[in-house]
This record gives sequence, structure tokens and C-alpha cells, in this order.
Amino acid sequence: MKSSLKNMVVVLFSITLIASLCVGLVNKITFEPIEKAKAENIQKALKNVLPEFDASEEKAMTVDELPVIVHTAKQGEQVVGYAVETMTTKGFSGVFRLMVGFRASGEVYNINVLEHSETPGLGSKMGDEGNSLLVSFKDKNPANMKQPLAVVKDGGDVQALTAATISSRAYVDAVVRAYNAVQQIKGGANVATGATSNSTKWSEGEPAAEQATAEEAAETVNEETQKGEDNE
Amino acid sequence: MDKKLIVAPSPHVHGPESTQRIMRDVLIALAPALVVSVIVYGWTTLLVTAVSVLSCVLFEYLIQKYLIKGPSTIGNLSAVVTGVLLAFNLPASIPVWIVVIGALVAIGIGKMTFGGIGKNPFNPALVGRVFLLISFPVQMTSTAFSTEKLADVCSGATPLAFVKEGLKGGTPASELMAQINYGDLLLGFKAGSFGEVAALLLLVGFAYLLIRKVITWHIPVAVLGSMAVFSGILFLINPEAYMSPLFHLLTGGAILGSVYMATDYSTSPMTTKGMLIYGAGIGVITMLIRTWGAYPEGMSFAILIMNAVACLLNKYIKPRRFGAKK
Amino acid sequence: MNKLQLITKGILKENPTFVLILGMCPTLATTTSAINGMGMGAATMAVLIMSNIVISLIKNLIPDKVRIPAFIVVIASFVTVIQLLMQAYLPSLYQSLGIFIPLIVVNCIILGRAEAFASKNNALDSALDGLGIGLGFTLSLTLIGAVRELLGSGAIFGQSLIAGDGMLVFVLAPGGFLVLGYLMVLFNKLTAKKK
Repeated sequence: MKSSLKNMVVVLFSITLIASLCVGLVNKITFEPIEKAKAENIQKALKNVLPEFDASEEKAMTVDELPVIVHTAKQGEQVVGYAVETMTTKGFSGVFRLMVGFRASGEVYNINVLEHSETPGLGSKMGDEGNSLLVSFKDKNPANMKQPLAVVKDGGDVQALTAATISSRAYVDAVVRAYNAVQQIKGGANVATGATSNSTKWSEGEPAAEQATAEEAAETVNEETQKGEDNE
Repeated sequence: MDKKLIVAPSPHVHGPESTQRIMRDVLIALAPALVVSVIVYGWTTLLVTAVSVLSCVLFEYLIQKYLIKGPSTIGNLSAVVTGVLLAFNLPASIPVWIVVIGALVAIGIGKMTFGGIGKNPFNPALVGRVFLLISFPVQMTSTAFSTEKLADVCSGATPLAFVKEGLKGGTPASELMAQINYGDLLLGFKAGSFGEVAALLLLVGFAYLLIRKVITWHIPVAVLGSMAVFSGILFLINPEAYMSPLFHLLTGGAILGSVYMATDYSTSPMTTKGMLIYGAGIGVITMLIRTWGAYPEGMSFAILIMNAVACLLNKYIKPRRFGAKK
Repeated sequence: MNKLQLITKGILKENPTFVLILGMCPTLATTTSAINGMGMGAATMAVLIMSNIVISLIKNLIPDKVRIPAFIVVIASFVTVIQLLMQAYLPSLYQSLGIFIPLIVVNCIILGRAEAFASKNNALDSALDGLGIGLGFTLSLTLIGAVRELLGSGAIFGQSLIAGDGMLVFVLAPGGFLVLGYLMVLFNKLTAKKK
């Protein structure tokens, strides 16, 4: 067809109009399923790293200049644990994100890798079940581990992944960030320091009441956990 | 095509050089280093070398016979040299099946895919090594020791990896330096790929190759010189954060790479000016990777990168024809 | 050319990956496993068939000079639709293919078929052409993905065959180039014999 200014404008305009209508329609149809899929994803990740819980609330904050999201999980009124969406920029291929679950008492319950681009077969092993990093942290309170938290090579007691020291350091960095975020929520002192993270400064400003409930809750958690582990 | 007579401009001089003679000289030059590796790491190094050489020769024979369908080329010993160099680039503790895969990659992908000797743009042994380094990082970076003396030097890691970790952890360079004995580095009592450890004997081999006129001095000197200058500048700026030039020259694949791998005829430039630029490029890239890269050693990557540039250097740096005006 | 030939030519004679060598970016980037390759191929095929149909239907309404922008708008809309549907109903596949889905827009196969075939043929033939080329693309990507997965992680379609790791290089970018190159050699050797 011969082109003239008029027919070009008319045709392009109508094509874009129809196209955007179609896309808009599909967007409307899929909006809810997408939101649902996203929410389900987060719930699934939370269930994976936390003892049994029935409700959670999230709070976004910034720790060591990076954003983290803390999900406080509750069973009834009691806090049973914290799941922290944490991240680090120190990975071998830059940023990766972890979901670290803590019991209310402060022990690491489980750690999930949410997103990473580490080298397959090396750094990517941090996502495997029973890898040395996960085992080093699991069921331990970071505050009771050798300080500063670091891989064995740097004088800590975290077992690094074979031939992936950089990824392992970054992993520790992310876990430290998660732990500090939980401390901040609880209002406790910032106990754990990572060898790779700079010293952190913030005001200890959370109300003491919350800390109390958290510690009370710690007592009951141990029973809960066993149930949770049976389910797995 | 094969049967056409190739005529080059006169004068025609018949020389005694043949591929076989050159390759034999390279093997002779490498032999002392192999002896040292046996002393340091034990007999496994001989096994690794033998497996590497045999599989390289076998793969070259099979590919030449069944895929290229040309006359056998194993008589020119080039596959043997590739096999020895590949083995020299592996740690002594490497499992034998990995050596065979390395030989297949070196000969199959690195050499025969391009048509065989003289047509490969990249050094086959290095193609094999880099392939293995990326594919089997755990096996390629762990080193086993056989002598007690070696275990003391710096437990487990190669000197370069040891220093890189140390510097990253904030230890000053002088403290790390105190733990390193230059005599050991020179004689080969250190961790690493087993062919690259004996710096002194590799240099003796270099002298032999120079005397036999197998290679010229340009590429090795350009590589080592640029490494020395680069690390020297950094060392002068901050001796606590960077290691000394001598350390860099004696560790890793610096000597093995610059003398035996970078000088491979078909993968390096033909003019002396081109050789100097090529060598300097290898030295600088090696130091960039060693200083700021993720890997502790960058010699093999640097040589492969400059291999890719070699044909451009040949194209743009041509000697002036006799009598031609500028 | 009969209808069946329209489909089969995309698989062998005009295989987009091994013969036409089109769409190399998604080919290299997404084929780290067989299932990823297949997902990318299927998504591309869906877009290709639909855009081919629509473009062949509206080909007579489009002025020549704005041909390409009009095609791109049609293709981009379909890609967005596919992306939204995938996000909603196949979230796990969407996560692994991630950023490559929007890149289908600039996949030269799709614009190439729109320009070379759909804008000159009727809707049915264009649909069949899209199906054929799409199948060829999907099969090639699945094949490359399967080889890379097998060599790189010792598994096929996620089923582990050996314990431990394979040759990691095949999961990384250089392995993509190697596998693509050697499969291309093999493909051309096999198809050349048939002549």
C-alpha cells in the first residue's frame, strides 16, 4: 500500500490503540493471579525458613546501607520467629538475596537462597540442602558463634564452600545483616559483627516491651520447632 | 589444492629446521622441570604427564584419521609438546580422567577443529587448561603435597592464592613476604601446577631454546618485563598493599607461560615489533588479573586473549619491504 | 509448496538456529538446561504464530513506510501478553527465563518471518510457517539445552544421571558457544548428506 502522511498516522495510531487495549485487557485479567503467585512465593519461602506460624507482618528497613525486609511471624499473639529478606553486594557476581529465618530466641532456623547469580557448581552450592554454610549457621545463635562472624579462612568458624570463598564471605555478610535487622526489631544491642561488614551505627530505639515479649516467646518456641521439623 | 606447488619469491634456502626438530628441542628444554616436579610432588607427576601425552597423541591420531581424513601428523611431535604443556599446567593431585578430558579439549577443540598444526589461533594446551579450570575448579585449585618441606611453605594454596587471600584479609604485604622464601620459589618448592614450579630450571630451558634458535628473546622478555614494570610501579606506590615484582615473576605461570606457551609459532605475531606488543599485552593483562581480578593467576587467560589479537598485530605491523618507500 | 512442507522446512531446511543462524542471543542465554530451552522456544513459537497470523491479516492495511514499526507494535503486544500470562500461571518458568521474555520482541526470527513471509502470504500459510519455524527453534533450543545440561550438570530435564557436578563450563556462556558451534557442524554434516 502506498504511504501518505494521513494513512500512516491513521494506521499506526489505530494499531497502537488496539494493541494497548488488548494488553490492558490481559493485564486486568492476570493482575490478580500474578499478585497471588507473588504472595504465594513469599509465603512458601517464609514457611521454609520459619517454625510453624499463622500470621506474619513485614517491616522494611535499611541495615548497613542495604534494604532488608523483616517478617515477624506470630502464632496467636506470640512471636515465634523472624524471617529476614536480606541481601549482599559482595557476591562473586554481585548481588544475591537470602531469606534467613530466626527463632524468637535468636537461633538460625533455616536459610533459603532467594535469588543469586553465583557461579554454577561453586557459589551456587549455597542453595543446596545441607551445604557447609547452612550447616555452620543452622540452630546456632550468631551471637554465640566465634566473633567476628567469618569464614574459617578469615578466623571465624563458618565452613566456607569449597573453592568459593568469595561467595561464602558474602553469604556471611548477608546473614550478619539479617541478624542485625532482627536485633534492631527486638531492640537489643547489635551483637554480631561480620569481618567483612564495616562497623554499624544506629540508635537502639525499639521499645523494651517488644523485647520482653520476644524473650518470653523464646521459651515456647522449642516445642514448636520439633513439630515443624516433623512436618518436613 | 594440496597437490599444487607452492612457490615463494627467491632466495630459496634449505634449512635443517623441521617441525619435529623444533618440537624435540622444546621437549628437551622442558625435561629438567619435569625432573624437579617428580622430586617435589612424587611420581604422580610422571603419571599425569604420561596420560596427558598419550591421550593427546591418540586424539590427534584418531581425529586426523577419521574426521579430517588426512595423513597422520603425530610424527611431528607437536601433540607430544601439547600433552607435556597441558600436564605442566595441572596440579599433581588431578584425577586421571580429568587429564584425558583436558587432552580431548586441547587437541579436539583447541587444535584439530581449526585444521591441525599451524592453523590453530589459540594455544591448544591453554585451551585445555582454561576449560578444565572453569569446569573443575575444585580439582584444579587443590594441590596435594608429597614432601614435608613443601607443606610448610604455605599450607595448601599456591603462593599467589595465598597472597591474594592475605591481602584481601588486610594482612600487610611485608608480613606475607616474610613467610615466602625466594630460594624455594626459584627451585620449585611451592604449591602450584607442577610444571610451573621450578622457575630456575625453566629459565635454563629458555636459554637452551635461545641457543638452538627455536625462539627469540622478544616475547618472554616483553612479558616478564611488562609484569616487572607494572608490579614495580604498584610496589613503589604502596609496598604494604602490593607484592614485589620479583615475587610476581617467580610465581604462577609467569615463566612457563611466557617462555613455552606465549611463543607458540602459530598463535603469536611474526614480526619483532608485533612480538613486543603482544608480550607486553600478556604481561599487563596478567598483572591486571592478579591484582584486581577474581582469579589469583591470569597468565593463561592473558595469553589466550593476546592469541586472539595476534592476527591483527600481524596485519597491521608489517616489516617494510626492502626498497619500498615510507 | 504444500502445507506439510511449510511446517517441515522450519525444522530442517530453514532451521532458524542451525541454518539461518537467527536469534542467537536467546539461544545462548537461555539454554542452560533442556527445560529452559524448551520454555523459551515455546514462548517464541507462540508469539511467532500469533504475530504471523495478525500481520498477514492486516498486511494490506499497512502503508509500506511504517511497515516495520507496525510489525514491532504487534509483536511487542503479543510478547507482553505472553509475559503476563506466564507470570500469572507459570511463575516458576517465568522466574528462570526472567529477563529474556521481553527480549523476544527483538528476536530477529519473529520480525524476519513477519517481513519475509507473513507480509506476503495468507493467514493460514503464515500460521503454518510460524508453527514450523517455531518448532525448529524450540527443537534446536531444547537440543542445545539438553546437551549443555547433560555435560554441565550430569542431568537431563532435571533428572540427575550422575552424582556430583559435570563440566561446569557447559552451564556457563563459553559452553553455550561451544555446544552451539559443534551442533551446527553436526547438523550441517547430516543435512548435507541428504542432498
